[in-house]
Amino acid sequence: MLSHHLWIFFSAMLVNNFTLVMFLGLCSFIGVTGKVSVAFRLGLADTFVLIITSISATILNKWVLVHAPYLRIIAFILVIASMVQITEMAVKKWSPTLFRELGIYLPLITTNCAILALAIFQTNRGYGFLEGVTFALGAGAGLIIALSLMASVRERLELADIPTVARGTALVLFVAGGLSLAFMGFSGLLTAQ
Amino acid sequence: MHDLDSLHAAPSGPSTAPPFQDFAKGLWKENPVFAQMLGMCPTMAITNSVTNALAMGLATTFVLLGSGVFVSIFRKRIANEVRITTYILIIAAFVQIADMGLEALMPVSHKALGPFIALIVANCLLLARQESFSARNSVGRSALDALGMGIGFTFGLSVVGTVREILGQGTWLGLRVMPASFEPWVIMNLPPGGFFSFGFVLLGLAWWHDRRTRRAALNLRVARPSTEPLLERAV
Repeated sequence: MLSHHLWIFFSAMLVNNFTLVMFLGLCSFIGVTGKVSVAFRLGLADTFVLIITSISATILNKWVLVHAPYLRIIAFILVIASMVQITEMAVKKWSPTLFRELGIYLPLITTNCAILALAIFQTNRGYGFLEGVTFALGAGAGLIIALSLMASVRERLELADIPTVARGTALVLFVAGGLSLAFMGFSGLLTAQ
Repeated sequence: MHDLDSLHAAPSGPSTAPPFQDFAKGLWKENPVFAQMLGMCPTMAITNSVTNALAMGLATTFVLLGSGVFVSIFRKRIANEVRITTYILIIAAFVQIADMGLEALMPVSHKALGPFIALIVANCLLLARQESFSARNSVGRSALDALGMGIGFTFGLSVVGTVREILGQGTWLGLRVMPASFEPWVIMNLPPGGFFSFGFVLLGLAWWHDRRTRRAALNLRVARPSTEPLLERAV
């Protein structure tokens, strides 16, 4: 039982890393990774929303979508949008500093495809409540790792002498490609299940 | 980051350009993939073959067209405070139609694209077009804009898909184009290939833009009337 949950966790965190292997949530991966501290906190906020989404998706799947499967995408996106709104209000109340630092990227979590993808994967794989939360924790940890790694590399690149042509998104994509290549090394880690 | 930039840069009033311009701007000048860089997730995730890129592009075009027309029809009735939620719901409804339609009509493509059809909802391009264009323009113009953006998006996906499929499998749209002695680059089919090939496409574009602006500047300095077609297009 425990090994099953550990498998889900590490699979979501390393082997199928949401950003570097599955290409989810690239907007914030490219937009917010200028500074390590901000990237790390965005990762935390993402994780929080992922966990809430996973719980909501379990509830929706169990009681609502059984009767109306064609409402799946609409129901998920509506729940995610409201959850992000609640998170935004909570962060504003409890930590105004963090709220200011994250700024516009907090409401943007709604259009972060990693969140919607989590709800869809969880449904497709038929995860229960605990499995879903473990999956969300693993995916969140993976996002934090990817965002922090990217931000660390980009902080170093600030000082590097880069040809004008290569500056901007192209360079970020090459760095992401390198990181992704490194994460390919994890693909042999989990073969059981 | 990108979607907000484009939301803020949006014109505040209805478009005054000739209708053809509404259609044509999405093809190259404001191409969603190359110029606006919206919807990067599908650009890299499903471009390992041209077939997938085309299927994804068509599905996105359908959702763009449907939600654009719908938002445009109801643009005067949607309350300003809840407009983003309303747009997302309209988009989600059309994505659901696309998802079920594709599953029924093209089950093979539907399987290959997997969850990325459903993830069209979270594509910033959709929301950006509703907010910056359809909410302010007539139904006809919105349809033209959606078609232009959709075709531009499909074109962008196909370019990245072409690079990846030729290098990764030696084929194009399933047809063999490389000689038999060509050893396929496995990396191009794997996730890093998505990042690298899109990076190279962007690098090539940046180089081309850079060369063009430098040539134009040189041209101005020597005060030579621009006769080269390349430079005329630059103006």
